[in-house]
Amino acid sequence: MKEAIYFARPLRWLHWLMAPLMVLMLFIGVFMVSTVSTWHNRLVGVHKPLGMALLVLVVVRLVVRWLNTTPRLPSTLPRWQQALAHGSHWLLYGLMLLMPLIGWGMQSAAGYPVVLGGWVLPALVPHDVALYATLCMAHGLLALVLFATVVAHLAAALFHGLVRRDGVLQSMTGQARRGRS
Amino acid sequence: MSPPHSPGLLRRLSGVPADAPLLVPAAVIGLTAVGLVAAFCFAAGWIGPERLGPKRIINTFNANFGEHPGFRRNHAKGVCVDGYFDGNGNAVGLSVASVFGQNRTPVTGRFAIPGGNPAAPDAGGPVRSLALLFQLPDGQQWRTGMNNTPVFVVNTPQGFYAQLLATAPDPKTGKPDPAKVAAFFAAHPESAAFRSWVKTHAPSSGFANGSYYSINAFKLIDGHGGERYVRWTFVPDTPYQPLDATQKHPADFLQADLQTQLAQGPLLWHLQLTLADTDDITNDATRAWPEGRQVIDAGTLTLISAAPQQGGDCRDINYDPTILPHGIAISDDPLLAARSAAYSRSFNKRTAEEAAQGARS
Repeated sequence: MKEAIYFARPLRWLHWLMAPLMVLMLFIGVFMVSTVSTWHNRLVGVHKPLGMALLVLVVVRLVVRWLNTTPRLPSTLPRWQQALAHGSHWLLYGLMLLMPLIGWGMQSAAGYPVVLGGWVLPALVPHDVALYATLCMAHGLLALVLFATVVAHLAAALFHGLVRRDGVLQSMTGQARRGRS
Repeated sequence: MSPPHSPGLLRRLSGVPADAPLLVPAAVIGLTAVGLVAAFCFAAGWIGPERLGPKRIINTFNANFGEHPGFRRNHAKGVCVDGYFDGNGNAVGLSVASVFGQNRTPVTGRFAIPGGNPAAPDAGGPVRSLALLFQLPDGQQWRTGMNNTPVFVVNTPQGFYAQLLATAPDPKTGKPDPAKVAAFFAAHPESAAFRSWVKTHAPSSGFANGSYYSINAFKLIDGHGGERYVRWTFVPDTPYQPLDATQKHPADFLQADLQTQLAQGPLLWHLQLTLADTDDITNDATRAWPEGRQVIDAGTLTLISAAPQQGGDCRDINYDPTILPHGIAISDDPLLAARSAAYSRSFNKRTAEEAAQGARS
């Protein structure tokens, strides 16, 4: 099997498209529930369709990832960092998939219609406020976990790019490798 | 300069090559991470200047009225009602919302009185409310929360918060401090319209013969995207009778009377849509539009039954007035976003409490 140096081009596109949108989404989420200004409604109006868009994107991304070989981490990387890297990546994928699903589910559990453009989407779960309470709490807590993981991911990417210079950052930026290989 | 103690081991364990730079990258990485976390905390309002958020408003309701787990933080005392709305087609040219067509839409509603005390006496104040959820056939909803006063006390969320603070019960008397209330009215002259309306309009003798007003302005949107600002009123078929203030009323007389009346037959209201003229102010809930505006009778609300809110259909509904079907939209009234944000917080708290109570029992 051919060894991959870079992530497949569609994966890199999806990564760089989704990364800023996810960060924006997390910021919008914590800000919109903190204010009673008109930003509240304006941002809720962005949060919901953007969440749906990210749900579609992550499904596409998981399929594309499944179909492509991904670059291996350098063998010189300490074992614990390799484990952390793999663990955090699956945590990121899991949360990227779960967050919009929980968001959609909590809207359904609260009995709110989920309207996207001109369409009313089906309720994911029945109207049940006990379920809503659980999903609502999970949405808030997992948002913090996701944000922490994103920050750690960014710090690790910079560690690879600035300190180790081992090509791991370049495998996602698509830039030619410099320095050690 | 002496060399660090065991550079080899630390670097090996952390995967840092022996000749890799550390100081500048560490600063870049650290500042990036700390900067991002700080920006996030700022966005969430955890650091930085205090902002008026739903949390502060809901906490103030709790402080003023005490903790009543599982209940709405405001309009805590209420009763569920069920019925339907028959559109008459008069407003189809103004809005594409199917509720205005010649058809029947199921409605789940709630009558209530303001305040966060679910055991408050019904005759304690002049204000009553009616909240309705219209369940449209395609899954869309129209939710509205109305009061029996056409105007509101204040026109901004900040004004509302100031009113909450000013009406906090004095620990000595258990009642709001009149001096603080007077100071609030003096600082908020926009409240004069509400006060004079309440003074000149005695509340109706019951829930059934009251009119209920949308308070905030909204927009109706027609099939060509044309917009008209609107306020709506549900006007009762049951003739208005002022509440007899000389009589002593039982604590729950509004709910009890409603039950009695519904036992005799359904209660009806007409939906009247008042259309704004082009210069009418749409972002100020303290200012009524002048007389003589075009009014359209859009259909009839029929309520057929009532049920206690504990276990009733209305209990698990958040009557967020910004949940609207296509054909109705929010105006530029700043109270609407504040209502949405604060109601949502109240809903989140009470459903969590309800879930916890359910888990305990």
